[in-house]
Amino acid sequence: MRLMQRVGSWLDERLQLGRPIRETMEHPIPRETASWFYVFGSAAMTVFGLQLVTGVLLALIYVPSAGEAWNSLQILNTQVTLGWFIRALHGWGSNFMLAIVLIHMVQVFLFGAYKFPRELTWTIGIFLLLMTLGMAFTGQVLRFDQDAYWGLGIGASIASRVPVLGPGLVSLVLGGPIIAGATLSRFFALHVFVVPGLLMLFVGLHLLLVLKLGINEWPMPGRLVRRSDYVEKYHAMTRTEGVPFVPYGVWKDAVFSGVILLCIAVCALYFGPFGPSGQPDPRVIQTAPRPDFFFLWLYALLSLLPPVLETPVLLIGPAIGLMVLLALPFFSGEGEKSWKRRPIAVLAILLVAVALGTFTSLASDAPWSPVMDAGTGTPVPSHYLSGRTPLEIQGALVFQSKQCHNCHAIGEGGGKRGPALDVVAVRLTGDQLVRQVLQGGGNMPAYGKNLSPAQTTALVAFLETLHPAGQAPAQDASRAAGMQP
Amino acid sequence: MSVPSRFSRREMFLKIAMLFNGIVGVLLGIPIVGYLLTPVIKGRKPGYERWISLGPIDQFPSGQTRLATYHNPVTRAWDGETADIPCWVRHTDGDHFQVFAINCAHLGCPVRWFSQSGLFMCPCHGGAYYADGARASGPPERGLFEYPFKILDGNLHIQAGEMPTPGLSAGNCTKRPPCA
Repeated sequence: MRLMQRVGSWLDERLQLGRPIRETMEHPIPRETASWFYVFGSAAMTVFGLQLVTGVLLALIYVPSAGEAWNSLQILNTQVTLGWFIRALHGWGSNFMLAIVLIHMVQVFLFGAYKFPRELTWTIGIFLLLMTLGMAFTGQVLRFDQDAYWGLGIGASIASRVPVLGPGLVSLVLGGPIIAGATLSRFFALHVFVVPGLLMLFVGLHLLLVLKLGINEWPMPGRLVRRSDYVEKYHAMTRTEGVPFVPYGVWKDAVFSGVILLCIAVCALYFGPFGPSGQPDPRVIQTAPRPDFFFLWLYALLSLLPPVLETPVLLIGPAIGLMVLLALPFFSGEGEKSWKRRPIAVLAILLVAVALGTFTSLASDAPWSPVMDAGTGTPVPSHYLSGRTPLEIQGALVFQSKQCHNCHAIGEGGGKRGPALDVVAVRLTGDQLVRQVLQGGGNMPAYGKNLSPAQTTALVAFLETLHPAGQAPAQDASRAAGMQP
Repeated sequence: MSVPSRFSRREMFLKIAMLFNGIVGVLLGIPIVGYLLTPVIKGRKPGYERWISLGPIDQFPSGQTRLATYHNPVTRAWDGETADIPCWVRHTDGDHFQVFAINCAHLGCPVRWFSQSGLFMCPCHGGAYYADGARASGPPERGLFEYPFKILDGNLHIQAGEMPTPGLSAGNCTKRPPCA
């Protein structure tokens, strides 16, 4: 014990860190902030620590070469002792880190913590969010599989749309003319050196600001922030009613961080590592690339935006969003902090959450993507075929062989790109069906060149049988009137 | 009186030192930026595009569209499979070919050819193209990217080497539009 004390004081005489550490531990925080609502920031930092450790462990085996990366991940998964577990920890850690950072941001926003004098803390927080997203994207690239390969193609295609600079940007992102070794190397450098280095620096600044300015007090409805007297009032409050950070605040931080680490470990154990999916071989085109969970909303947005709007939204949207976030504390730096009296703030969060949630859930189904193998793999249900004429059954064959099923559902299976055809005969007359098939329109390609007249006749005969038993198919009213004697 | 003059002398030294460091910084910065921008500068100067053979034309029967692959002209030893790029070859008749890039003109996903329905379909965001590469439906704003081609000694050659992207479409188009 005495030896340890002597070593301790020897070190402190030189480092002189004892006092600042003690002061940090004992600094008074408002009593109500020793709350379970204030644990997300520290948890995000803990998970970042886990990512650093597991990242270094993975780097011991991973080979950042386009020809070998995929193989080295397979070896990590199957041959290196517990390699799969470290990969799983890193992958799940990434998801948890992003989720916690987002929750932390929402909490900070709803509790008005971005207001005076903590504007810079918020600004740095925005950059931390961007870097965390950057880590998630570059990490997805390092899992150099089919999804990563084609995901890079999507990234390059988006970059190419920047006016004037586009082509140069693409070469810069890819490190050459195509997605290849140079591309992986630069994403490796970003993921392993550049962004983590910046993250550590910014986390340090973020923490320093929290200590210098004090943790945001629990917002009380009606207690307004004013630049003139806020700092004075805050210090008066922490002097009279404050409690030391250690142990009042920190024990909840520690418990929550522990719980999160445990959750990550359980997910890693139970679900295992993410991928890698198929080899990054561009010749294997039987693939349907999908982004990771936190980018699914973007995937949906890219599919659903009208073509004309896509480039402006892609290029200007993020810039506007970023400016709004950065400008927020400077436009609304004073006044009410409590979310109970900030209905627009609450609505804004709900709107963003509902929008992101909707896009994400749409993307997990991806109704806009054709089901590429429905024509060969998903049969027309038998009850649509029984009792039909040979011509109608021939039409069902045309329906399958011409891949109509890839975009149109009948019964359970098939694509959702176009409308389901189970009751199409109620909506369209025979003539309208012929027109739609031959000329297309309304986002349907025209099949005029690829169907013989006999095939078209058969196909439309089959489609005309698709109506509920008790409901007559659509009739051309004018023709019916013309038939009248 | 000696203090202020000593001060200004030291201040001058400091300023000279800062200026000196600034000059050294710029001198070092030029090659660093040059190194970083190599892919851009090199890409623009000699260009990444070369004429590459896709093999004898009898591999591509008239009236059919087939997948071909070529080894990218600019590669590194550790590129692995990523250096082998596929493309769609459509032999209309005689000496008339169309060679389409594999990348969807929307966001670069690999399009697949469906011969029965005569369509290229993209698995990502639902773009579709006709047999001649023209846009049929979905989010793409244009038709498929097309490589310039020529026939030399019975072999089909295309001019390729750079991944086509929507913003890169201008410049290297020597054939009819749309083209890569």
